Amino acid sequence: MNKISSFDVERIREDFPIFLEKIHGKRLTFLDSGASAQKPRVVLDAVQKAYTETYANVHRGVHYLSQQSTELYEGARKTICAHMNARSVDEIIFTKNATEAFNLVAQSYGQLALKPGDEILLSYLEHHSNIVPWQLIAERTGAVVKAVPIDSNGEFLMEEYLKLLSPKTKIVAVTHISNAIGTIVPVKEVIKAARDKGIPVLIDGSQAMPHMKVDVQDLDADFYVFTGHKVFAPTGVGVLYAKNDWLEKMPPYQGGGDMINRVTIEKTTYATGHSKFEAGTPPIVQAIGLGVAIDYVNSIGFDAIAAHEQALLSYATEELTKLNAVRIIGQAKNKAPIISFEMEGVHPHDIGTIVDQAGVAIRVGHHCAQPLMDFFDVPSTARASFAFYNNTADVDALIDSLKMVQEFFG
Amino acid sequence: MMDDLKELYQEVILDHSKHPRNFGKLDPCSNEAHGYNPLCGDTLNVFLNLSSDDVIEEILFDGKGCAISIASASLMSEIVKGKTKVQASTLFDKFHDLVTKEDSTLLEDDDMERLVVLAGVKQFPMRVKCATLSWHALQSALNGNKDTTTE
Repeated sequence: MNKISSFDVERIREDFPIFLEKIHGKRLTFLDSGASAQKPRVVLDAVQKAYTETYANVHRGVHYLSQQSTELYEGARKTICAHMNARSVDEIIFTKNATEAFNLVAQSYGQLALKPGDEILLSYLEHHSNIVPWQLIAERTGAVVKAVPIDSNGEFLMEEYLKLLSPKTKIVAVTHISNAIGTIVPVKEVIKAARDKGIPVLIDGSQAMPHMKVDVQDLDADFYVFTGHKVFAPTGVGVLYAKNDWLEKMPPYQGGGDMINRVTIEKTTYATGHSKFEAGTPPIVQAIGLGVAIDYVNSIGFDAIAAHEQALLSYATEELTKLNAVRIIGQAKNKAPIISFEMEGVHPHDIGTIVDQAGVAIRVGHHCAQPLMDFFDVPSTARASFAFYNNTADVDALIDSLKMVQEFFG
Repeated sequence: MMDDLKELYQEVILDHSKHPRNFGKLDPCSNEAHGYNPLCGDTLNVFLNLSSDDVIEEILFDGKGCAISIASASLMSEIVKGKTKVQASTLFDKFHDLVTKEDSTLLEDDDMERLVVLAGVKQFPMRVKCATLSWHALQSALNGNKDTTTE
């Protein structure tokens, strides 16, 4: 893959075949990458190639294709391990998505560590997938779920967090970046404060991975979760990074093939490392696609990506602010290129339908973050979320389409 | 593109969404239900006074929703007032066909003629639930159920 020396968004857009599509006869303005990102041709080709040239099940065959497939699949794990700066590939577990990773940790760590009265500490910025699994295990163990509040800008309240950290807190699970309003949480500080009290921390990196370089050793996270499809890879694969100490202590999440050492009818001994938590045939080709996607974003480089995206965020914020009657929800100091907004007198669903007719794809709804919506006292918002393949023409198309909404409802 | 949108957001719809009729809480009331659309988080509450012979004597609604759901609720409240439970259910069936079926020709009565302004919804399948939320809530209220969702 050629290293892209200077950031050229028009050149990058050519890597994504979807941008050749016309939507309702219009140019596609895709501002919904926060829900799921588009796929570059290298990923699509890798998926196609894996199925047409090297496909077989992994880890079991001695035949040629099985070895090829295993090498590619395990190669993807190495790529992700290096990308996140994990200590060992044993700490990289493939799941089907981020949701499964949360459920894995909640169930498995919960079974190991949670007793009645223990506290699980989340925040008001969380996606439902980092709330509901904890409620399920809390119900089973008698633990209690608590949440760190935010302020009216959508900032994570560090001083409140420090107050909520107590001897009863057995795990902290917070997001790196809010999917609904873009707040970047200072997770390094969050982890440090918990570490000082011996409390493990899980970070939801689903929105962070497409926008920034994450170093799990530098963060010192115990668990770091992300999903493949938001980082330009296929759906059906997610990643759980977990410190090896935890993987040794935690009981398996699911039982099945591949996660065992020896099985008899009476008793089974388990595999170690990531294998212990990967029961059954894994998402082989999806993981291969994820490895290629990670290589692809690294070929562009996160410094260039962040600079471009922050420029887009500023431009979009500025232009939205110029529109009368638009209110941006979530004005944190450090934000990823995710903008939630509402328009006076117009429901987000009506906005979504109207801008769609102009080829503009935005997300409208509660963004699977209802506690956050409740905090801002709105049932839903409209959300434009950007990736490095977006350009200023996308912002202009959004603004023009919002003017059309105002004409309708004016 | 503008044609589909203009068909969806007709003047009547915009008028009813901005100035909904029969908007408010009926307290006390004989029947009520809370409609909820989990897709968007919208809620719509329907309050009724049903006579002993099952006639809808009074109807009010409140809640938060998009232009389509509020306009649909507003139109519904005007139309079902004075109708019996059975008549209201029949209207719901016809309305459902109107917003989902391509070749619905159910315009034989005045009530359906008023509801036809919502027929544009069928070009927007994701929005059908917005148009039917109030009707689901009405149905639940008439059947004595408190909560309903569009799912």
